[in-house]
Amino acid sequence: MTNNPDRLRQNSTDPYAGERLKLSYFHERQAPLNLRDAWSAWNGFKFADYYYDTDYEYFCIRNTCGTYDICPMQKYIIDGPDALAMLDRMVTRDLTKLGVNRVTYCGWCNDSGRLIDDGTIFRLSDEKFMLTCGSPCIAWLRKSSLGFSNLEITEATEDFAALSLQGPTSFATLKAMGLGEVEQLKPFNLIHLPFQDGEIMISRTGFTGDLGYELWVEPRLALPMWDALYEAGANYGIQPYGEAATNMARLEAGFLMPYMEFNEALKTVNFEYDQTPLELGLGWLVDFKKPHFNGRRALLRQKNEGLKVKLLKLDIEGNKVAEEAILYNDEKQSREIGYVTSAMWSPAVKANIAFAMVDAKAANGEIWAEIYYQRELRQQMKMARCTIKDKPFWVHPRARQTPPSLT
Amino acid sequence: MTQHDTIIIGGGHNGLICATLLARAGQRVVLLEANRNLGGLAATREFFSGFNAPLASTLYAMPEKIVAELQLDQHGYTPSSQTLDLIALSRNENPIHIKADTIGGAEVGESTSYGDYQSMLRTFAKALAPFWSKTMPAISDRKLSSLATFGHLGIKLRTMGRADMLEFFRVAMLPMRDLVDEYFKSESLRAALCWDGLVGTSMAPRSPNQSVITVLSRMAGSHGGLHTIPSQGMSSLISALESAAIAAGVEIRTETPVSKVIVGGDEHGQQVDGVLLANGETIRASRVVSSADPKTTFLNLVGAPALEIEFTNRIRRLRTKGYVAKLNLALSSLPKFKGLDEPNGRMITADKMDDLEFAWDSAKYGEIPETPVMEIVIPSLRARGLAPEGKHVLSANVMYIPGQISGGWTAAKKQELLSRLIAILDLHAPGLSTLVEHAELLTPEDIQNEFNVSGGHWHHAEPSVDQLLMMRPTYEAAQYATPIPGLYLCGAGSHPGGDISGNAGRNAAKAILS
Ligand SMILES: Cc1cc2nc3c(=O)[nH]c(=O)nc-3n(C[C@H](O)[C@H](O)[C@H](O)COP(=O)(O)OP(=O)(O)OC[C@H]3O[C@@H](n4cnc5c(N)ncnc54)[C@H](O)[C@@H]3O)c2cc1C
Repeated sequence: MTNNPDRLRQNSTDPYAGERLKLSYFHERQAPLNLRDAWSAWNGFKFADYYYDTDYEYFCIRNTCGTYDICPMQKYIIDGPDALAMLDRMVTRDLTKLGVNRVTYCGWCNDSGRLIDDGTIFRLSDEKFMLTCGSPCIAWLRKSSLGFSNLEITEATEDFAALSLQGPTSFATLKAMGLGEVEQLKPFNLIHLPFQDGEIMISRTGFTGDLGYELWVEPRLALPMWDALYEAGANYGIQPYGEAATNMARLEAGFLMPYMEFNEALKTVNFEYDQTPLELGLGWLVDFKKPHFNGRRALLRQKNEGLKVKLLKLDIEGNKVAEEAILYNDEKQSREIGYVTSAMWSPAVKANIAFAMVDAKAANGEIWAEIYYQRELRQQMKMARCTIKDKPFWVHPRARQTPPSLT
Repeated sequence: MTQHDTIIIGGGHNGLICATLLARAGQRVVLLEANRNLGGLAATREFFSGFNAPLASTLYAMPEKIVAELQLDQHGYTPSSQTLDLIALSRNENPIHIKADTIGGAEVGESTSYGDYQSMLRTFAKALAPFWSKTMPAISDRKLSSLATFGHLGIKLRTMGRADMLEFFRVAMLPMRDLVDEYFKSESLRAALCWDGLVGTSMAPRSPNQSVITVLSRMAGSHGGLHTIPSQGMSSLISALESAAIAAGVEIRTETPVSKVIVGGDEHGQQVDGVLLANGETIRASRVVSSADPKTTFLNLVGAPALEIEFTNRIRRLRTKGYVAKLNLALSSLPKFKGLDEPNGRMITADKMDDLEFAWDSAKYGEIPETPVMEIVIPSLRARGLAPEGKHVLSANVMYIPGQISGGWTAAKKQELLSRLIAILDLHAPGLSTLVEHAELLTPEDIQNEFNVSGGHWHHAEPSVDQLLMMRPTYEAAQYATPIPGLYLCGAGSHPGGDISGNAGRNAAKAILS
């Protein structure tokens, strides 16, 4: 497939065509549903913050199902005899253990062990992998492939129309669509099924912590897939959701968001204003049994020396959202010990939750958040006591259950 | 089978020195050299029946300290104390002789200026000298302790006095041209004085960078920057180094190219485990010290996959294009140069600095310069055994000759360059062309292929500010240790750089033993 940069833009006679946001393969269907015209942008694509109402969309994810457009997500195909070795050296996880038709979540670091980005790697065949991530990483992939002569890296973002389908009725919807074979699909597995005159790739993956799938087709099948999905999902409460609802669901599920929990290392200007996976609580992604991977030496040093800061999950008293709050060691604000990276009132958990980057030493003592909020335009401040949570805020057995339930 | 602690890759002078010092400290060392001859870029080869010449023809940077430390006198090496004049040849004017303190053949005013110029440079060179024999501190955001070396330099600079120190900071990064312009009028004199700041680099008189530092580092040798040729030839230095190595217990294997550094690994991380030879043989050792250039060492012998990503990309970007070609002539008798009793110096064929600049202009666009500049010596006047009785060897460094030219080097292109060079020689020494029994011209590409050095680069990697000191060849490998436990560097690509000085080899040995 050719990578024509304009092919997703509206009109080639438009003198500003190159300046305008690209339109997703699903735009024709999504635009009329964006009742609020709440558009922002992701990787140069016009992208919905929300369609109708953030809370409503969030409740669809948790109670029925919703679709989230992942066309703008970056996709790369790494293909060839050296592909496994190249990726395995790049990421902190042991990829040699990843079977064909399996997907894994992983992160990759610069030489200093600072996290460049996280993403998922799909093993499509013995020698063929797909890497997906939030922001462009072709330059890093190319740098990482220096010395591996036997592989090809393809920027494949626009070669796929991809949609994330998340929520308790997502399986029921797929089944009604005639894709009932996903019944046996376990989390992080993928399957190829016939769809119309082509094929649909379905992975049991997502960013909500709920039961959910990601659907991948060639662009020409984008609208047919949408239509079939929405027809099948009509009785299962299907609804498109945007960035805002995603952000709620992922925080409840304990997933990190680039530019909130961490700065991408290659784009960070100030020294150590980026983060290592160990600081981010992603130690389980770092496999020191591998003799060599990028950043290993630095991460091992950090592991041995101990962390200076670490990301914590906090349950905060009261119901005032602790967005951007600074954290202290006591109510009197004697010493600053960290800051909140993301925060929300969680409807599913009925709790005031947050991620926070905290001085590792202070994590054993009291943690207080300085929360600002408004009451009829008047600024108010309160100090709220925080409790550390070890587990994700929200976990539900249906997320992992196979075969999945229909509701 | 013998067990070894340490494998040294490359038997240039740095590899030999490093091997000897490690063996003397009790390590069991084997040195593997790809070529038949030891000496690397300083090896002497027979280029025509009965005629021998080393690629590196003169000595200036070799510290007495290293000669003494290795007791090379006991291995047949005697340094020469007879310096070669630097002679500025000019087509239309008389040659100018530049000696340690005086200038002959130029206007009186030039001689006075030269006194000032030399005393300034000597002050600076003396302050910097300790630096070339020290391991540089690592660039680190935390450790202030490792900055002691810089503290030392700071003190050295301070003791020059405030005025000299400020002057040092003013001139350190000047283009050579601007520096000599401040002092001299004669065009050919200025060009000749530029030469030692430029030769071996990809810098020309107008290039701002570190040419002045190159001059200063070259002045750190025994004769304040003047060159000598050992009376037994350069080969006597290399054979003394070989003999010292053998006496220390080093096992030397020539014609033994290494094709891979073996890097093992387990849950404790990586570890060097030996080398694989081109003949398929494996030699195990937990320490490998490479005097091959950094690009060869990391990208070809270790391979990028075993290294980290940003590191390998920095190595890939190292600038290693060499621009010096070597001309060796077998002459049937001694040529007569205009205005010289005897061509017994180091002669630069530039009428003016622009000859160098224009030659560089062509070279940087991949063209052979119209009028390349040569640094000529006739080593057979100083050393015995280089040519049959009564005959002579002329050896010239030719600047700036690109390793890659548009369309690639062909026999015809080389012949064309050779004819140009001989025509230039004829201008300065009429009739020289009739004395030529054989001519050998090595382009940087030839040097790369014959001596296994990336780009055929004199210094293995350009000695520009971004690739110097604690950045040489790049950070994380600038203290001779590398990111791979057990792998070290000890060649010209490491601090302080190329020239026959032995500093890199000796500093590496000290770093390994400390
Ligand atoms: C044309 C020219 C003229 C010069 N003239 C002078 C001069 O007059 N005076 C001066 O002081 N300096 C001169 N130099 C510079 C000087 O010669 C070098 O800087 C110096 O010799 C470098 O020494 P070294 O031991 O670090 O490396 P080298 O001398 O390059 O030795 C490295 C050795 O490693 C070997 N090697 C590489 N790869 C492998 C492998 N895979 N397996 C086994 N062996 C391997 C090579 O064959 C080589 O023998 C000149 C350089 C050039 C190019």
